[in-house]
Amino acid sequence: MRRLLKPIKDVGIVGYGAYVPMYRIKNEEIGRVWGVNGFPIQEKSVNNLDEDAITIGIEAARNALKRAQIDPREIRALWFGTESKPYAVKPSATVIAEAIGATPDLDAADFEFACKAGTEALQAAIGFVGSGMAKYAMAIGADTAQGRPGDHLEFTASAGGAAYIVGEKSSETVAYFEGSYSYVTDTPDFWRRQHEHYPRHGNRFTGEPAYFHQIISAAKGLMEELGYSPSDFDYAVFHQPNVKFPITAAKILGIPKEKVLPGLLSGIIGNTYSGATLVGISAVLDIAKPGDRILWVSFGSGAGSDAFSLVVQDAIEEKRDLAPKTMDYVNRKKYIDYALYAKHRGKYIM
Amino acid sequence: MGRPMQVARYWRHFKEKYRLIGGKCKSCGHVHFPKRPVCPECGSQEVEEFQFSGKGKVVSWTIVRNPPSGYEYYKPYPIALIQLEEGPVILAQLTDVDPEEIDFGMEVEMVTRKVREFEEDGIILYGYKFRPPIK
Ligand SMILES: [Zn+2]
Repeated sequence: MRRLLKPIKDVGIVGYGAYVPMYRIKNEEIGRVWGVNGFPIQEKSVNNLDEDAITIGIEAARNALKRAQIDPREIRALWFGTESKPYAVKPSATVIAEAIGATPDLDAADFEFACKAGTEALQAAIGFVGSGMAKYAMAIGADTAQGRPGDHLEFTASAGGAAYIVGEKSSETVAYFEGSYSYVTDTPDFWRRQHEHYPRHGNRFTGEPAYFHQIISAAKGLMEELGYSPSDFDYAVFHQPNVKFPITAAKILGIPKEKVLPGLLSGIIGNTYSGATLVGISAVLDIAKPGDRILWVSFGSGAGSDAFSLVVQDAIEEKRDLAPKTMDYVNRKKYIDYALYAKHRGKYIM
Repeated sequence: MGRPMQVARYWRHFKEKYRLIGGKCKSCGHVHFPKRPVCPECGSQEVEEFQFSGKGKVVSWTIVRNPPSGYEYYKPYPIALIQLEEGPVILAQLTDVDPEEIDFGMEVEMVTRKVREFEEDGIILYGYKFRPPIK
């Protein structure tokens, strides 16, 4: 029984783009307020007052279009993965589609699966294009993640996202998909009920049965189906709720740390949730060489993982310079204290 | 504000506000923002949509400390006259910049951001703002 997901037509990435807000708060500043020492990361990105998941998605999508150099009206689907939707009811995807000039001849929807909503949208885009239904489809993952003040998630929950335009594999694609694989189980490690502001999590439960089980199973499943071993990959990007988890996952799989570090940004921007692996992959595409093979494994609580094998193509060399690089955004930073951070996060009642 | 009755008034301007789309006269080539049905230069009624590049320079600016209703949470914020590289001068908020960093002639680029929120249950308005270029 074939478990690999592979469309009839070969598909690839025509354009990609990332966005990370410029504000940062250091973990030690959050720790100062709550009396905590020992931190999961160094610092995390914080959205500006006028930014939300939609505006992050818009800038990422515009960067993807700059690299794709296609008419946005040729995009037949725009799928937006997030768990920080500005509206509880009303699609975010339509705002982004309107802002990039892709309306009205397309399908648009918001995807939801905790932190794997972005890759879930990508799986759908691969199928939409790979079946021949559409010439181009765009998948976006972006969040302004919520962490309960004082909770350990507050040290990492951050803001950012990336967008990918999928098209049929050609000399125009910067990388193509060899195949993908999805692994899901019903695991209640993290959730947020309707009308609640903050998510709840099963503490220690989030490590073993949730993150590691899904990530390792998805990575192994994909490699088995493609007949690859860890040494076949030049880079690996895993979901990054902190720095420790993805490095440990790589170690379990037998992938050296050096192949993980280029796409591991959580130490300096935090966990961008639905954007996490999409932003990590964009940073790798910014530096990868044609022929490089990339292992891409997301994770979403609830729980599941999507795994992709991506091979970089020649077009990357000319297209990567057509939009700001991911590290341009990562290195553009302004530190704020907890009081301003609280304002940026909308915590003050006027 | 932002109640169902007023929403249509904003909705009609989404394209112009989200994407900075103005008008270009088919007779004399004059570009303007926002788009008007009649060319302000030659009076021609043949005006087509024009996508501005979003690049421009700060002509003048001020810091808003007592904003109108719906903008209170954003204060203090800079508002500027920006000359677009295609010519027109428009009024817009600056973002991702501290007041002391703003200068005459400073280069800026357009981004789409949240402009205004109407209460907890109203609509969210998005629109153009300008910030220093990424690189
Ligand atoms: Zn005219």
